[in-house]
Amino acid sequence: MNLDLRLDTQGDFYSQRFQPTEREDTLVLNMGPQHPSTHGVLRILLEIDGEYIIRAEPVLGYIHRMHEKMAEVMSYPQYLPNPGRTDYLHALAWNWAHVAAVERLMGIEVPERAEYIRVITCELNRISSHLLWWGAILLDLGAFTPIMYAFDDRERIQDIMQRNTGSRLTYCYYRFGGVSADIDDKFIEDTRAECARLKDRAKMFKDLVTDNFILRKRLEEIGEIPVDTCRKYGATGPVLRGSGQAYDVRRAEPYSIYDRFDFNIPVYDSCDSMGRYLVRMDEIQESIKIIEQALDTLPEGDYILPKAPKRPKPPAGDVYFAVEGARGKIGMHLVSDGGKSPYRLKLRAPGFSNLSLFSEVAQGTLISDAIAILASLDLVIPEIDR
Amino acid sequence: MIEAIPTQFIIIFVGLLAIMAFVGLNAVVLVYLERKVAGFIHRRPGPYEVGPPCFPHGILQPIADGLKLVGKQIFTPKGADSFLFWLAPMISIAPAIVCFIVIPFGPKLQIINTNVGLILILAFTGINVLALCLAGWASQNKYGLIGAARDISQGVAYEIPLLLVVLSVVFMTGTFNLFDIADGQGAWPWQWYIVYQPLAFVLFFICALAETNRNPFDLPEAESELTAGFHTEYSGMAFACFFLAEYAYMVVAACIMAILFLGGFQGPGAPGIWWFLAKVYVLLLIMIWIRWTFPRVRFDQLLNICWKWLIPLAVLNLLITLAVIAL
Repeated sequence: MNLDLRLDTQGDFYSQRFQPTEREDTLVLNMGPQHPSTHGVLRILLEIDGEYIIRAEPVLGYIHRMHEKMAEVMSYPQYLPNPGRTDYLHALAWNWAHVAAVERLMGIEVPERAEYIRVITCELNRISSHLLWWGAILLDLGAFTPIMYAFDDRERIQDIMQRNTGSRLTYCYYRFGGVSADIDDKFIEDTRAECARLKDRAKMFKDLVTDNFILRKRLEEIGEIPVDTCRKYGATGPVLRGSGQAYDVRRAEPYSIYDRFDFNIPVYDSCDSMGRYLVRMDEIQESIKIIEQALDTLPEGDYILPKAPKRPKPPAGDVYFAVEGARGKIGMHLVSDGGKSPYRLKLRAPGFSNLSLFSEVAQGTLISDAIAILASLDLVIPEIDR
Repeated sequence: MIEAIPTQFIIIFVGLLAIMAFVGLNAVVLVYLERKVAGFIHRRPGPYEVGPPCFPHGILQPIADGLKLVGKQIFTPKGADSFLFWLAPMISIAPAIVCFIVIPFGPKLQIINTNVGLILILAFTGINVLALCLAGWASQNKYGLIGAARDISQGVAYEIPLLLVVLSVVFMTGTFNLFDIADGQGAWPWQWYIVYQPLAFVLFFICALAETNRNPFDLPEAESELTAGFHTEYSGMAFACFFLAEYAYMVVAACIMAILFLGGFQGPGAPGIWWFLAKVYVLLLIMIWIRWTFPRVRFDQLLNICWKWLIPLAVLNLLITLAVIAL
């Protein structure tokens, strides 16, 4: 029996070059790209001593689709569906970052009503993204039932969105200068009903899952990410807010009409997985607050600028636009040379920065804890690889 | 010709055949029950449309599952020790069947009535640890290896409180004979040993969950961590053997709990197998309910629960029992 498990000599490029530390009796474990808990095609090379992780190294690129290069060869409207494919769970935030970058460069003023529609749909999308994350982290912790409850609510949100946007997951709803379709009374009615329902459900989620003794033991004081580590790797979103830093793009550099709404930025300074868990659970409620305020003050008017350019040709120059996605700060750096497609489009994916700190945080933890930490970072792999 | 064979052998042979049918049937019922209860807890219908409409509520699902498992290709992974690899599923399932031989299903329904019934069951269920260890070791898979290592430390640790708890009941009744233990209890619930030994029942239940690798203690096969743990490399009927064995051990654990604490076949009205099966299935349903409700504990927490809580409590329970008996 070949028991030379320490060095995988038959592995591929990465596993052959993965240098284990000097410690004896360790095992190199290749987790992924096909593994139930990496939720996609993330691959992590682990050096383990028993169940303790000595070194962890993420290997990326299994779903690299050249979204940045595609932007350079496609015209602006052709590229519209692409951003939604990077982070498929919060597609509208990416969609928004793209159209808003172009709008800012061209100096397009979006109609009031379109801004409200964008806020409502983007926040609905954020809720559905957080609900799926909630199901997934519990799946990773071994609880099967919550994902079914989360999907129940998520399904209703998708039904609402489907009527309006035409798709259920990879939305491409925003256009340069507005949105592609107006919302009607049924949308408003359904959204209000769903918001009321989610408020009700929050209590059940808390009683059933958040207060569960085993869950608390699995998340509290596990995977501590100090705020300095977040800064070092550029982690944003719930990861940073779970480490006690109240940074939210919606508040820090308000875009669109977010400065008109009254909402809190949930912050927990425990720095552990539980902090990140609670941040996201609270964010669902904050998003509901934003949606309800937006629905109350929804103005009449155009849903898209009547003179919106169908094939925009932004003037030469560069612009950076940041949006708060469900996973953190989504940035689009657009450089235009005045042509019909961008000269360069840099996508800043929050998941990439959040994953970068994993190998530092995972050191010395158990495999089970590393899985919980990975889940608490809420990674979407296509977004990381882009 | 037939007179030459001792009657005892014929009884054991027929009994084992009956038990195999019972274990198979139980697995079919439990697979269906597990999926339906999971569906109920998830607020979905569960399996619903299998076969023609004359079989409502997907009652053919276990048969479809079985056919799928039989039809699948079985193979030995590269670099695996094929002898141990194929031995492991057999070692897992065989002792589970033997365990049923001493269980009194009814007042007159027991294959062998022996004085060491309880010891026999404890001894044979212990073999399962070896089987899972071999499976993980021989499949030349790192996840399997970790699963096997987890299984050994879990199985060995939880055997200790289990034995201590069983001992307290044995000291109370003064016998290892399962029939006598069941017979010694009355028909009504307040005459069952659970009234005298409530702590022991709770401890036994927790240990039984851990010994049968059920959630929240399903660490050897923790699928979100170790893909499938010790049975990562098994497919088809080899996997089905582990699966069958797991359900069989669940039934054995529920049977022992029913006999030791819930009066076995005793019950109001006429004692019989119906009372026994009702109690066993209630316990099994609680196990399924727990599985679909709780997250998994971490490995060091699992061992902490055992060494820091269960064993001291079991010892305490034993000492109190002894003190009460001595007085």
